[in-house]
Amino acid sequence: MSTPHVTLRGITRRFGALVANDRVTLELPPGEIHALVGENGAGKSTLMKVLFGLLQPDEGEIVVDGRNVRFADPQAAMRHGLGMVHQHFMLVDTLTVAENVTLGRETQARFGLLAPGDAEREVAALAERHRLPVDPKARISQLSVGAQQRVEILKALYRGARVLILDEPTAVLTPQEVDELFAVLRALVAEGVSIVLITHKLAEVKALASRVTVLRGGKVAGSAMVADTSIERMAELMVGHVPAPLTERSHRAPGAPLLEVQGLEVRDARHLPAVRDVSFAVRSGEIVGIAGVEGNGQHELIECLAGLCPPARGAVRIAGVAVSGHSAREHRAAGLAHIPSDRLHRGLVPDMSLAENLVLGLQRRPDIGTGPWLGGHTLEDASRARLQEYDVRPPDPRAFAGRLSGGNQQKLIAARELTQGAKAILAAHPTRGVDLGAIDFIHRRLLAERDAGRAVLLVSSELSEILALSDRILVLYEGRIVHETTPAATDERTLGLHMTGRASHTDAPLPPRNGTPHASGGLA
Amino acid sequence: MSDRRAQWQWLVALSPLIAVAAALAAGAVFIAAIGEKPLEIYALLFREAFGTGYGLGQTLFRATPLLFTGLAVALAFRAGLFNVGVEGQLYVGGFAAALAGAYLPLPGPLLGVAAVLAAGLAGAAWGAIPGALKARFGAHEVINTIMLNFIAFSLVSWAGRAVFLPATVHTRDVGLGAQLPRLDTFVPALRGAPVNVSLLLGLVLALVVALLLFRTRLGYELRAVGQNASAAEYGGVSIGHAQMLAMALSGALAGLGGSNFVLGYKHYFELGFSGGAGFIGIAVALLGRNHPSGVIVASLFFGALAYGGLVVNQRVPRELVEVLMALVILFAICTRPLLERAARRWA
Ligand SMILES: Nc1ncnc2c1ncn2[C@@H]1O[C@H](COP(=O)(O)OP(=O)(O)OP(=O)(O)O)[C@@H](O)[C@H]1O
Ligand SMILES: [Mg+2]
Repeated sequence: MSTPHVTLRGITRRFGALVANDRVTLELPPGEIHALVGENGAGKSTLMKVLFGLLQPDEGEIVVDGRNVRFADPQAAMRHGLGMVHQHFMLVDTLTVAENVTLGRETQARFGLLAPGDAEREVAALAERHRLPVDPKARISQLSVGAQQRVEILKALYRGARVLILDEPTAVLTPQEVDELFAVLRALVAEGVSIVLITHKLAEVKALASRVTVLRGGKVAGSAMVADTSIERMAELMVGHVPAPLTERSHRAPGAPLLEVQGLEVRDARHLPAVRDVSFAVRSGEIVGIAGVEGNGQHELIECLAGLCPPARGAVRIAGVAVSGHSAREHRAAGLAHIPSDRLHRGLVPDMSLAENLVLGLQRRPDIGTGPWLGGHTLEDASRARLQEYDVRPPDPRAFAGRLSGGNQQKLIAARELTQGAKAILAAHPTRGVDLGAIDFIHRRLLAERDAGRAVLLVSSELSEILALSDRILVLYEGRIVHETTPAATDERTLGLHMTGRASHTDAPLPPRNGTPHASGGLA
Repeated sequence: MSDRRAQWQWLVALSPLIAVAAALAAGAVFIAAIGEKPLEIYALLFREAFGTGYGLGQTLFRATPLLFTGLAVALAFRAGLFNVGVEGQLYVGGFAAALAGAYLPLPGPLLGVAAVLAAGLAGAAWGAIPGALKARFGAHEVINTIMLNFIAFSLVSWAGRAVFLPATVHTRDVGLGAQLPRLDTFVPALRGAPVNVSLLLGLVLALVVALLLFRTRLGYELRAVGQNASAAEYGGVSIGHAQMLAMALSGALAGLGGSNFVLGYKHYFELGFSGGAGFIGIAVALLGRNHPSGVIVASLFFGALAYGGLVVNQRVPRELVEVLMALVILFAICTRPLLERAARRWA
């Protein structure tokens, strides 16, 4: 099947009074990568859902190879060679890779029976050809986010996609995985496939795309060949101004340890040790960054520190209170806030209102609600100012959280976790999927929390974020802390070596496991 | 096209009414098939059910247990649990009310309070069992509640032998203090109809359930568990506790429904008294969209079908009403998803 030439012409899509897309026109010639950028809520996902038949446009037309088409559903879009990888994946967790890829298209053996072997061979061959390494027999729930994304791409390709829509594919990937993804995308383009890439990282646009369209408030703010524009110009079109670089940060001596971890061992879902003998402390007025390649124990470490899975061994103290083995509620009561890495799975109840989501985890606090009562107008009134401050759009306390754009959901969680007066804050990928302005805002807020005497533990796959915010950096490799340093004493390259276990131990001796002198003693 | 989308949204919001209309239309085909005039039959049915004070009282009487069981199913549903065991919980609730009302040595109104409490507690205990099994072992509540229905029927039949009056399948009368007054003592227009004070109890409970779910910390946690358990866990809710509590509360609501027949009507427990009210409660919750106000309306509708069905019995077979109820359930299940799908596709 040859790649169709797709044009979106004058697309308008409203949600009630809100105009999510306002007469948007977009050109997708075969064999090109078209980047779609814009602030959170600018209408990028909406536009692509219209193209993929998930939403119907109010006005405008979709033209494929010169003919007007109407996609009543994604199946119709797929028949025209379109495929989409969503911002939030749509895989069946309990099925295998091969089953997910072939879902709805199962190759049938005789008598209508399924032939799992055939599907697995087919998927393996497809994966091999596009250099998208995954084990066809693995269950989705066992895969890393990067691998799940490869499955999504395979799913689209299996259905014969020649126009591939990728909604923020790099937000959840490690830098290495981003490089691998880009290699795959370049190979696809060389075969004539055309790609729409949604991203908040303008450097990626520069590196990969040939054409870029900037959306702002639902309208096209500009469209250009990437070669003819600059990152600064794109940023300006997106937000109207170029965000100022982070302000000079204050230097202050950290205070007492508020988050103490001693000899921690955590098992993963398969009962294998994922965190091994980890000890460190985060002190008041300090941001400690955890650097590491995804899958080296960060996730299990954070879940355990949040009280969401009991440690196999070791002790955790929050503001001096021993909490290991206790419930998430007790962790919170001791003064813990937590921005989780998976906003839809952990951080939000999509069918509850913004106001209700703003009290998730605080629903038992005496200062919220009165007696047994919680909810109604008081909750809504109390949330308005915070929605404004964190620029959650729309700032309507009654809107459902599930209706927010991805970045706005992230801002909503930040608004909840960074304003509750916690003593220690776990921030896992706090700026995942948010736009430049919001990244800047959340960074400032994290620094402000630090200056207000909180202890912040930051996990991020963005080394630049770790380097910009941390006072100290711990490198996690295969579940152990293998290196401790400060931003001033290191750089991305050196960190990268430690993260992949390639730093030679002679010229970079391992620091003592106990992160700080404060960490030792007193923890049973 | 935005207008068209607004219209579709209206249709989706009205889906329970559309389901009812579709079911009545389908039922009309059956009525016509046996040579009767559908409109006439329906007119007769609803005139009898709502047109006279006595008819209305009968409708309300039949709606009462459905109100309790509908609330029970809805509450559990909000916490993400499908309580198919309301029939059994209602049954043990009625039995407990009869025993407490007949044997507890309490004076006057205290006896009534004790009997009502006994109904709620027995239902709560019967609901808590599958709740605990779910919380502790992850055993699916649908299977367990079905099993517990059978156990409830058998256990009560067996225990009943010790207390049933000779040569009957019912207990002796509860004490006067435990006999809930009929509403016709206050509202003469309802004269002769068995609707009684437990209807008022049910209405109060509907308000309580609404406040609990949407205005309290506990209700917030239950809804969070129902909508996204892993986010609730993250928010410090113990999923197991919440599930157990939801099942116990649901069972209590169902058990309290036993007061209608046992304390308000016959004044004794009789084998098989629940008569499927628990199962119809599932339909009531479904049609009422798991909201207490919806449950009130839906229980009234099913109560009208039940009583009006008896009246039109001379012209169409009794089974017709059962077919009609089943049709409503069927359409209630499919209408909304179908409309939503159509709305996505066309608007
Ligand atoms: N189903 C819906 N109902 C109501 N409003 C919606 C719905 N889907 C999206 N919106 C609104 O439309 C606007 C555009 O959302 P969209 O998801 O397209 O943004 P986006 O550009 O993808 O943002 P992000 O970068 O945060 O993912 C937002 O204001 C959002 O709240
Ligand atoms: Mg989006």
